[in-house]
Amino acid sequence: MTVTTPNSAIWSGVRDGLPFIVMVVPFATLFGVVAIEAGLTLAQTISFSILVIAGASQFAALQMMSENAAIGFVLFAALAVNLRMAMYSAALVPFLGAAPFWQRALIGYFNFDQSYLTSVAKYEDTPQMPLNARVLYFFGVSLAIAPLWCVFTVIGAKLGMFIPQDIEITFVLPLAFLAMVAPALKSLAHIAAAFVSIVLALLLVNFPSGSGLLIAALCAMIAGVVVEIQIEKRNK
Amino acid sequence: MTYSQTEIWMIIGLLAVGTFVIRFSFLGLIGARTMNPLVERMLRFTPVAVLPGMVAPLVLWPTGAGGVPTILHFVAAFATLFVAYRTRKVVWGMVAGGVIFFGPLLFSAIA
Repeated sequence: MTVTTPNSAIWSGVRDGLPFIVMVVPFATLFGVVAIEAGLTLAQTISFSILVIAGASQFAALQMMSENAAIGFVLFAALAVNLRMAMYSAALVPFLGAAPFWQRALIGYFNFDQSYLTSVAKYEDTPQMPLNARVLYFFGVSLAIAPLWCVFTVIGAKLGMFIPQDIEITFVLPLAFLAMVAPALKSLAHIAAAFVSIVLALLLVNFPSGSGLLIAALCAMIAGVVVEIQIEKRNK
Repeated sequence: MTYSQTEIWMIIGLLAVGTFVIRFSFLGLIGARTMNPLVERMLRFTPVAVLPGMVAPLVLWPTGAGGVPTILHFVAAFATLFVAYRTRKVVWGMVAGGVIFFGPLLFSAIA
């Protein structure tokens, strides 16, 4: 399908972002519940979701705060969880780097797992997509997700958990991420990278604040490039 | 929690700024300038380099099952991956995994 008008670009983004509702709703609700239980006010809880807008790091911060950790440690732990997004930021440069500064700033604010992964998959599948449509598509995906993140934080904070506790709803997170990554396994090089990522992440799982994942990701990228170069050599 | 209100707001504010700086970083600094081709090539592997490693511990040692591997978690994860890979559609993968993982629970709740 080709994206021609600005309107269709933004709507196709919204539509591709909609499946993530099933992961955003339970986690946002859960954050609202846990934040109030931990002792944050409603205003602080909602500010967290609007300003930081990063699920995993919000939970990491709350965890540290409920242990009364020093503020420096709270910040370090929560920001370390977000470092993978610096990789996303760099990986978006070839597609969105030419956009005006204010648009890039807004993309930075909305640059989370779902918006990044969905958008890059789209850009790679549709190389002829104009810059303007790329930007709008990114905002479309973000708009399907970000408002819900904030609204359901408030609902969780005000109403408590309305999702049944005996259903392990948090498992939608790995399932959704697996569904996101599968179509990106386009070549042997991509599969090799994924394999290295899994093995190293499991071996380094006890490294603090997600640093094991960063090391695994970096090695996986190198593995991907190495395999790709080998395949190219063989095909010559 | 023993922080003062000011301290809590400070944590939220600094986390907001820090997170934005991380997310904006390269996109903001590099902009339209060309990147090192090798770096750009590495970055094309970002999704497949980050997500599998992020998900693997959650599937192998699911927190909801007390960190013990179960066949249900494994099969649901594999089905999600397989269906999303074959159909190239995120949503079908999520449906497949969701039906396998939550289907029996929902069915037993109704029946």
